[in-house]
Amino acid sequence: MKQVLIDYTLHLADDSLILGQRNAEWCGHGPVLEQDIAITNISLDLIGQSRNFYQYAATLIGNDSTEDSLAYLRKEEEFKNCLLVEQPKGDWAQTILRQFFFSQYQYLLFQQLQNGKDEQLAAIAEKSLKEVTYHLRWSSEWVIRLGDGTDESHQRMIKTIDELWKYADELFSATSYELQVASDGAGIDVSKLKEQWMTKVKEIFSEATLPIPGKTFVQGGGKEGRHTEHLAYILTELQYMQRTYPGCDW
Amino acid sequence: MNNYLRKFYYGDIPEDKAGSNIVSSSAKSDWPLWEVFIRSKQGLDHKHVGSLHATDAQMAMENARDVYTRRMEGVSLWVVESKYIHASNPEEAGELFEPAVDKIYRHPTFYDLPDEVNQM
Repeated sequence: MKQVLIDYTLHLADDSLILGQRNAEWCGHGPVLEQDIAITNISLDLIGQSRNFYQYAATLIGNDSTEDSLAYLRKEEEFKNCLLVEQPKGDWAQTILRQFFFSQYQYLLFQQLQNGKDEQLAAIAEKSLKEVTYHLRWSSEWVIRLGDGTDESHQRMIKTIDELWKYADELFSATSYELQVASDGAGIDVSKLKEQWMTKVKEIFSEATLPIPGKTFVQGGGKEGRHTEHLAYILTELQYMQRTYPGCDW
Repeated sequence: MNNYLRKFYYGDIPEDKAGSNIVSSSAKSDWPLWEVFIRSKQGLDHKHVGSLHATDAQMAMENARDVYTRRMEGVSLWVVESKYIHASNPEEAGELFEPAVDKIYRHPTFYDLPDEVNQM
């Protein structure tokens, strides 16, 4: 039981950390000052979530494990984040759509997780839910604004839907550790969230005058450590200081 | 960057500037300017804290939240498009404000207040 709970907690932590790191790439490069701050806020919220999950995972693992060792010293194949969060930030449309997909998923997940049997996970989910509610509101509005905006913004959304749709499915295909933790009542069976997620996405897409793609090829594996090439580049940057100066401190 | 705030004086608003016009262009230079007011936890009134750009009221509210309330500055937000704020003309400062200068008797400092009154 313990190992699957550790895997599950790390999976939740990695999702938040990697998306936080990705969004942080906008810092100082946002399309306008106000949105630069908005996306960076979201980035910080996500990194805050990941810290809570890592700290909990570290207590479960014991030994000398800390939040830092988990974030900075694990290898690529040990990371259990989904492929969606590690994809490049792309243009603003891609960042917005990815955030919308992920926030909608996280919103449904944390709503249930806050009532889960594991007190720590439930507490983190409850605390994070307020932030996620805002991320979802913010990103939904941007999807509508871009989809139903100018010809160019609409085209860019179509292009990014094409790019990201294949990664959405992985959010809802449960790994064995997710299923085991769910059967103990501590976690959530994500496959049961898919229908609700799809309903919400359809709602926003219809308001944004964007089409829902038909059946396409889907790609997964990230949650089990099989990543796209992008993750290694993120980790190279993220872990650089600890790898170069082991144990370095502020 | 050709953003500048053009304030109109009372009775001087041209037709095309009156009323709400939602700007749909995505270019930043076209986004209207908004003034932001925040009421802090202890405060009773909303205070002006600054301005920002946004395409509509909803976005202005969210931008205000993100830009001005990151450090728990407030519990309530107002945003208003800058063009709706009418400013007094600096050239009229003399006639508007100077007559009050020598009328100190308008301050309630000539009364003995009972000790129970401590909110003056």
